Amino acid sequence: MKYLLEARSLVAGYGELTILNGCDITVEPGSISVIVGANGAGKSTAMKAVFGLLEVRQGSVKFEDQDVTGCTPQRLVELGMGYVPQVANVFPSLSVEENLEMGAYLAASLTEEGLDRVYSIFPILKDKRKQAAGQLSGGQRQMVAVGRAMMMKPRLLMLDEPTAGVSPKVMGDIFEIILKVNESSVGVLMVEQNARQALAIADTGFVLQTGQNLYTDTGEALLANPEVARSFLGGKH
Amino acid sequence: MEYADLLNAGVYFINKGLLNAFKIGSIYALGAVGITLVFGILRFAHFAHGDMMTFGALIAFAGTVILRNLGINTEPIPTGLLALPLAVAATIILALIIDRHVYAHFRASKSPPVVFVMTSIGVTFILQGIIRLVGGTGDRQFFFTAVSNGESIREDKGRWLVKFDWLRDHFDGFTQKLVITMPQLWLFIFTAVALVGLHYFLNHTRTGKAMRAVSDNEDLARISGIDVGRVVKVTWVIAGTLAAIAGTLLAMDTQYKPILAFNLLLPMFAAAIMGGIGKPFGAVAGAFIVALAETFAVFDWRPIAGYLFADRFDMTASMALVPAEYKLAVPFAILVLVLIWRPTGIFKGQVL
Repeated sequence: MKYLLEARSLVAGYGELTILNGCDITVEPGSISVIVGANGAGKSTAMKAVFGLLEVRQGSVKFEDQDVTGCTPQRLVELGMGYVPQVANVFPSLSVEENLEMGAYLAASLTEEGLDRVYSIFPILKDKRKQAAGQLSGGQRQMVAVGRAMMMKPRLLMLDEPTAGVSPKVMGDIFEIILKVNESSVGVLMVEQNARQALAIADTGFVLQTGQNLYTDTGEALLANPEVARSFLGGKH
Repeated sequence: MEYADLLNAGVYFINKGLLNAFKIGSIYALGAVGITLVFGILRFAHFAHGDMMTFGALIAFAGTVILRNLGINTEPIPTGLLALPLAVAATIILALIIDRHVYAHFRASKSPPVVFVMTSIGVTFILQGIIRLVGGTGDRQFFFTAVSNGESIREDKGRWLVKFDWLRDHFDGFTQKLVITMPQLWLFIFTAVALVGLHYFLNHTRTGKAMRAVSDNEDLARISGIDVGRVVKVTWVIAGTLAAIAGTLLAMDTQYKPILAFNLLLPMFAAAIMGGIGKPFGAVAGAFIVALAETFAVFDWRPIAGYLFADRFDMTASMALVPAEYKLAVPFAILVLVLIWRPTGIFKGQVL
């Protein structure tokens, strides 16, 4: 198995509007793939199309060599994918532990094991397990969101702009969370606005423009690419 | 002032004030919890809730008549209580049928909330029509005569009174008595059991937690694999059960009439909004606050004043803060005040 996730020539959109025009997204087992690009390039749309939240009009999605094009999100969770939406990604009035339990709703028998695993990745959540998720700080709330998606022991974790609208300090925390998750050889696919930091931890980067792949390369190579730097990384640093 | 006067005043206060408030508060609580749960899961104000209560009461009445004609007597348990399971089952089925054939259609077409509200008003009219067609337009007594084999059986409400009048034998000048009717006693029992049960269900069972999750964030619940359709059904089962219990016990305590619970809609909505819509136990607190405010606004303090300060007041006029005819204005005023100052409810925390 070369690819954990292999999405080829995706065409998708909302109603009359076509956003994705044949883009390719791949994740190798245990690696981190990052999708970057300008606003409206189709980054989040690509995530939603892969995760079955949006109809795929053309193209195919394979997970572990199995064709999952058009599968429901529930089915994909069962198969071993986890998805963390960009906003509203916790249940605010539920406690931390209840949030995590909901992550294993499809397989209650995995609850105990899942809680142990998530608490070992994020020990702070164990201390706060009785607290309502809505009362947590931004970084801790992202931990709960990621933890919920980790409950079914996914092989692929998908994160839609996990650092959107958080302070620079919390942003650093979130990248640490992602690296921590990846340490346990979970593949990660994420969309990121903060392209520079994201590409720095990426094994593979995809630069999207108008729903197509503009550049596809290793994170390192993309960071070194002067074209990418000029258009997407906000000048020289 | 005599010792007995104090006792008399206290017992009158409990009997006519507190007990009344707790009775009506229990009814409001059972209804408001249903309203707030439906709002939390389905995101619309369910105006047909009152008529679901009336429907339950009507089925219980029909069941009571049938049981009595079969000659079944379960003293000291009122026959109406035996018919309650039937009423609960029928109301659950009614709620599920309405949801499947009316509300589900608008959910599938992703209609805006105002369409649901208007639809539920339409459902109200349909239910009121059905209730009148089936049960007639008149009032009906749960505790009255039924005919069996040409002989009339009398089940008198008076027989089901619990009287605490032993005090009378022990204190001179003690004339008030504490009276609880059997339906009231059962209402308190059912309310307590239902609310404790609901609390356990919502906080300690998978389905209950899933319900709270859907109420919090439906999209995330779907992504997590929660079957939202099933949660919707469970919501109607709970709302229907509580509505049938409230409607039946209210009708047993007073009488069945076609507009039995439609009149309760305003105070129940006031209670649900006061408690922070979508929060079941906020709705319970709201229900008892509304009930206490309503009861004591129209409470006639004259007998108490009479016992305590007999010689200092003119005792001919009523001493209620608000004339009894304006009782419904009290929850309305509460609703307006809450909406102005605390539109998210009187309790802290996030609301929908």
